[in-house]
Amino acid sequence: MKHLRQLEDQSVYIFREAYKHFDNLAMLWSMGKDSTVLLWLARKAFFGHVPFPLLHVDTSYKIPAMIEYRDRLAREWGLNLVVGQNKEALAAGMNHEMGRVVCCTALKTNGLKQLLETKGYTGVILGVRADEEGTRAKERYFSPRDKHGDWDFRDQPPELWDQYKTTFPPGTHIRIHPLLDWTEINIWEYIKLENIPFIDLYLDKGDGTRYRSLGCAPCTTPIKSTAKNVDDIIEELRHTTVAERSGRAQDEGRGMELLRKDGYM
Amino acid sequence: MTPTDTKPSENLNIVIVGHVDHGKSTLLGRLYADTGSLPDGKLEKVQAICKQQGKEFEYAFLFDAFLEEQEQGITIDTARTFFMWKGRQYIIIDAPGHKEFLKNMISGAARAEAALLLIDALEGVKEQSKKHGYLLSLLGVRQFAVVVNKMDLVGYRQDVFDGIEKEYREFLGQFKAVPSQFIPVSAKLGDNIANRSATMSWYSGPTVLETLGGFGKEAARSEQPLRLPVQDVYKFDARRIITGRITAGQLKVGDHLVFSPSNKRANIRTVEAFNVEPQPTAGQAGQSIGVTLDEQIFVERGEIASTQDHLPQLSTAFRANVFWLGKRPLEKGRKYLLRVATKEVDCEVASIHRIIDTMDLAQQQGSSAVSKNQVAELTLRTKVPVAFDLSASFESTGRFVLVDEYDIAGGGIITELVHDDQEFLREEARRRDFAWIKGEVTVEDRAQQYGHRAAVVLMTGGRHTGKSFLARKLEGRLVADGRHAYLLDGENLRRGLDADLSEAERGQTTEMARRYGEVARLLTDTGLIVVSTTNPFGLAYREAAEAIRTLVHPVPVIAVHMSKTTEEPPPSTDVILTGPTDFDAATAKVLDELKRRGVLAKAIGAKPVFQYSI
Repeated sequence: MKHLRQLEDQSVYIFREAYKHFDNLAMLWSMGKDSTVLLWLARKAFFGHVPFPLLHVDTSYKIPAMIEYRDRLAREWGLNLVVGQNKEALAAGMNHEMGRVVCCTALKTNGLKQLLETKGYTGVILGVRADEEGTRAKERYFSPRDKHGDWDFRDQPPELWDQYKTTFPPGTHIRIHPLLDWTEINIWEYIKLENIPFIDLYLDKGDGTRYRSLGCAPCTTPIKSTAKNVDDIIEELRHTTVAERSGRAQDEGRGMELLRKDGYM
Repeated sequence: MTPTDTKPSENLNIVIVGHVDHGKSTLLGRLYADTGSLPDGKLEKVQAICKQQGKEFEYAFLFDAFLEEQEQGITIDTARTFFMWKGRQYIIIDAPGHKEFLKNMISGAARAEAALLLIDALEGVKEQSKKHGYLLSLLGVRQFAVVVNKMDLVGYRQDVFDGIEKEYREFLGQFKAVPSQFIPVSAKLGDNIANRSATMSWYSGPTVLETLGGFGKEAARSEQPLRLPVQDVYKFDARRIITGRITAGQLKVGDHLVFSPSNKRANIRTVEAFNVEPQPTAGQAGQSIGVTLDEQIFVERGEIASTQDHLPQLSTAFRANVFWLGKRPLEKGRKYLLRVATKEVDCEVASIHRIIDTMDLAQQQGSSAVSKNQVAELTLRTKVPVAFDLSASFESTGRFVLVDEYDIAGGGIITELVHDDQEFLREEARRRDFAWIKGEVTVEDRAQQYGHRAAVVLMTGGRHTGKSFLARKLEGRLVADGRHAYLLDGENLRRGLDADLSEAERGQTTEMARRYGEVARLLTDTGLIVVSTTNPFGLAYREAAEAIRTLVHPVPVIAVHMSKTTEEPPPSTDVILTGPTDFDAATAKVLDELKRRGVLAKAIGAKPVFQYSI
């Protein structure tokens, strides 16, 4: 439990730095387990309040239960929800059969970029974790994006002690990653510790499968699992050697490096 | 071997550093493979990519995620990886060894609680081996082991290992760094990583994995005196919460806090938290917390809360060891943003004492700039006084970064306080504020009643520039608008309060300015906007303005500089008036500045909206 409080203290510090330094701050919310913990940590940092809007980039291909969960929580917790969608691409019939990287770029990366541009957000909080996949392992807590929203991973700014990059040229923005040091198990341990409500797609409801990572319905597959509660999930993760995102098609080949360089989450 | 999967009780951040190509990523890959910590299919996936690209598989490719890193066979940026071993969760930071990427190495090492430093047995001690060893020490990573890699390439010979140990120990000894262990390994073949080497029977010390297990959590900072740098002040609901991360010591409800450099004091009323039952009543080092106070005092981000008997240092100058990572060199005379704990303040390099060559620790003197990747000893001077500690006593509040334009371009540790000419006055102000007797009417009450905060408007400049005229006009305008303002003229002090001073003493600025400042301090305590000029000090107005500023601190001083021709105004001037003065326009300018600084409300008649209490 002590290790979870250490992670919590660090994340809360990052949240408060972000809130202090960015006038136009927003947080991405994908309704997944990481987003859920992220939202909880925001309430920890701001003593029950969430003093910035939550952004959801809706690809229209999300699992319907996720959208229901989103709208319910937004109502119950009084969240300021902002939904963005790349309507142009959808009207032109964009879907994953046109190519996964192509589809993710159009509906998620470009959807996000459009949203950021319209609203002029200069700081965006995201729930990415270093243990998810290789390029995220190389992220900073405060990670700059250029005028086109691109990530220059060859030349990342230094990050020393608790001092983060909070100044940036006009037209650019900073991605803020409070969960960078958390692992998948830490996320579930914390959900248990704090008794945080989460979407039940992560649990086996009798058919012997559950989702381990949530994304768009066509590109996310459930795993075989009989985990029926958080304790079961933690126990399962302690013994598994299967990668968390093995059910996420976008990770195949060099998908994530290409996507993230262009501004994907 | 399989990883032990007991529940983690703690996290430990480890960084792997060393010269390029000495095998850091390989060591990491091997460690994961041999402890069964790799996800299924990871090894196979990387092996397949290697085969496709027609090259030999290397363990390093497991964590060098970028295409470019794999193609060039080097690590470009720090990667964080995780594994569990014997009830502890390790976060392992693989730092790049190429000198091009020193800033990435430093970013990695700054997060670490312990380090493994790799040296290639065949190549021996190289440039970056020394630089990294020195920087670990500078960054405060005192717990580390030296791993001598590629022992297979030197026939596993003990004399080679002993030679490297001797040479490197001597180098580290120059700055008193002592590694916990030297370990001979072959990361490629797995000798002494997770498993004991069969070929190096002459070595009986711990393996790399055992060494990691031997690293402890850093000594409890909770035992030190309290340091709580204020991160922010929230008022989302009825509670006014001061937040921050305790960097040293502990606190509890009822404790008396002193905030530096404002010298404000109050007791902790509550410790606030979300979803914690029952409500906490204490906090300790490492925690991000929130407290409410028993008195509505105005404190802001950047101040350091402590107890009254263990105050932080206060000055506008200190000596430091700095490493520079900026694209542009660090130069004297240029402005940089200094960030110490949560305080941000403009600063400049007052002098560069020496540049240290990390290769042989040779010192080069008489330089006017510090280039990228160099380490230097220098004195920094800040625009306003800052609270800090010496890094030998307090780690977190004794280190800082420098921001050049938009980027963090360097960092350092504070080695020595440099006394400045305001030291005695600052000490006087501190003693006086700590002993200040308050009535029942608070500063907050007066501000609400008057509709404005107290402030000092100080006109500086040479003779006959219109300071006195503007001061009179401003006082008149403020009072006509219903403000409580008073013109403090130095002449009135000269013949009364200063009557005991000799002619010689009256000719010197020091004592006159001290008395003037103390009178202004009393007047602002009554809630007035004090309008004054430096006329009694003649051409010594720069010195006098500094002294007044120190004594009335933390009441806002709005400095207005008037001159007939363009000249350098004193530091921290808010309004500059040059050439023939249009006094109506000048008055309006000062009023705007008073509004901007939150002294006056935006509109006359309106009660000011106080973001915080005063």
